[in-house]
Amino acid sequence: MAGPETPELAAAAVAGGADIVELGFPFSDPLADGPTIRLAAERALAQGMRTAACLDCLRRTRERVDVPLVPMTYAALLETYGWERFAGDAELAGATSLIVADLPVDLRPELRRVQLVAPTSSDERIRLAAEQTDGWLYLVTLTGTTGARSELSPELAPLVERTRRLTKAPLHAGFGISTPAYAAAAAELADGIVVGSAALAAAEEGASGLERFVASLRAAIN
Amino acid sequence: MNAPASPGLYGDYGGRYVPETLIPALDELSRGWDEASADATFRAELDELLERFAGRPTPLYEAARFAPAGKRILLKREDLLHTGAHKINNAVGQALLAVRLGKRRIVAETGAGQHGVAAATVCARFGLECVVHMGSEDMRRQHPNVERMGLLGAEVRPVEFGTRTLKEATSEAIRDWITNVDTTYYLIGSCVGPHPYPAIVRELQAVIGREARAQVLEQIGQLPDAVVACVGGGSNAIGLFAGFIADKDVRLVGVEAEGAASLSAGRSSVLHGSRSSVLADEDGQVLDAHSISAGLDYPGVGPEHAHLRDSGRAEYMTASDAEAVAAFHQLASLEGILPALEPAHALARALDLDAETILVGLSGRGDKDLAEVLSH
Repeated sequence: MAGPETPELAAAAVAGGADIVELGFPFSDPLADGPTIRLAAERALAQGMRTAACLDCLRRTRERVDVPLVPMTYAALLETYGWERFAGDAELAGATSLIVADLPVDLRPELRRVQLVAPTSSDERIRLAAEQTDGWLYLVTLTGTTGARSELSPELAPLVERTRRLTKAPLHAGFGISTPAYAAAAAELADGIVVGSAALAAAEEGASGLERFVASLRAAIN
Repeated sequence: MNAPASPGLYGDYGGRYVPETLIPALDELSRGWDEASADATFRAELDELLERFAGRPTPLYEAARFAPAGKRILLKREDLLHTGAHKINNAVGQALLAVRLGKRRIVAETGAGQHGVAAATVCARFGLECVVHMGSEDMRRQHPNVERMGLLGAEVRPVEFGTRTLKEATSEAIRDWITNVDTTYYLIGSCVGPHPYPAIVRELQAVIGREARAQVLEQIGQLPDAVVACVGGGSNAIGLFAGFIADKDVRLVGVEAEGAASLSAGRSSVLHGSRSSVLADEDGQVLDAHSISAGLDYPGVGPEHAHLRDSGRAEYMTASDAEAVAAFHQLASLEGILPALEPAHALARALDLDAETILVGLSGRGDKDLAEVLSH
């Protein structure tokens, strides 16, 4: 989640072995998020992390790391900032793409972004998402909101299998992944893993805590 | 203007701004609703339940002592329905739909507790499991309704974050639905949310306007000059307006709480799955709404209202807490009717509206608000 410590935390994540860094732009009513990210968003908003401050944070993070940086947010922020203006300013600040958690593939097709597919998605929607997506597909591993779970969702394997038949796009699996063992199991199936809530929790112990956590995931999936 | 131009859109408002996980469930819901509304058996079952279980039709009553000199004010008495408010119209219809779709678990949000009570009531009637998400601040303000829901067999889950009111309760109900989408039906309480909810709730509440139009013609031999209803999410207003939208000479007036005026003071944004007029700051962060009436305490509003405002077909005004309380006392002492504080906002504007014959939606009864009124 964007905040004063973000550039340092992003650098630590990259040092630990992260290939891509997702940067949350907080929204007051995040429908896709469980308690960890919701609380982080509440805290970030209380610290004044509005859109302009988040873009500035993105710019400062870009100065510290070379990996792709992907803001993750909600439609309300783009709606009020202006859709094109948001995409343009994010790119200028160093964003590589964008994830909008409550913007299904059929809305705003002109906005280049990483598309999400879920275990409930039809083949037709997966195909559409794969055609529209920007670089890779975000596979939502489970039917639910974000937040650490203790084991791999049984819904991931069939979703990966189904999606592979429909597209050659790289598949990165996220939602729920919390431990090295779980990360390794997910990485057996998908091309990459996305870790949000558990990384936020690790970052509570500062940059070194986050670096250690990411390094443990990296070691588990290599 | 009667139906959205393209599915789920009212002008530029509405749509489906939800996580991908829910899209197939919304498609299933749309198909299920279309089939149900075209099915004569479903309609007959709904009509019978509305008549014998909910208490329809409700009377249209002329409040001659309440009306100022030179005005006629007629009240559509939804307060006389089972559970005390118009919410039951929607709850009965959606419960029938849930059963038809084979869902046995119902999740709902509530603010004042009126929709939660209506949902708990229909779940008891149909033998469905019922979970109601409710902000802990609202649970404190509306304690009798929390106890009612419990007695009806529903589980009330306190929502302990953010403003602890309807806004968070709605988000949490949607998250519950995302998590349990295979088994669960989301029984939304107002004409908000992703498509097709605004259309479903409007259709189920349109019975208010259909009855009212026939009754007013029969009783006074003419259409009213204006139809006035309070607007929180906007379901009783859209249901009442639906009966008169085609009557171009009838003014449609929605009344919001001064501190929760999503239409009068909001901006275009996205909340709870649809694009509408939202009380939000210049970054799109949703603001807290404030009203003495928990049922109007919501920073969003149904997308069709935003469209009716922009098109000029309906006008939207506000009433303050004090004006609502004054209207409450006036209706109580002059007509022997204790209105809910929500429609008391509509009553307040009806008193000074520049129109002779006014039909007001009396959407609920005031028993739940006694403590609030007495302490004001």
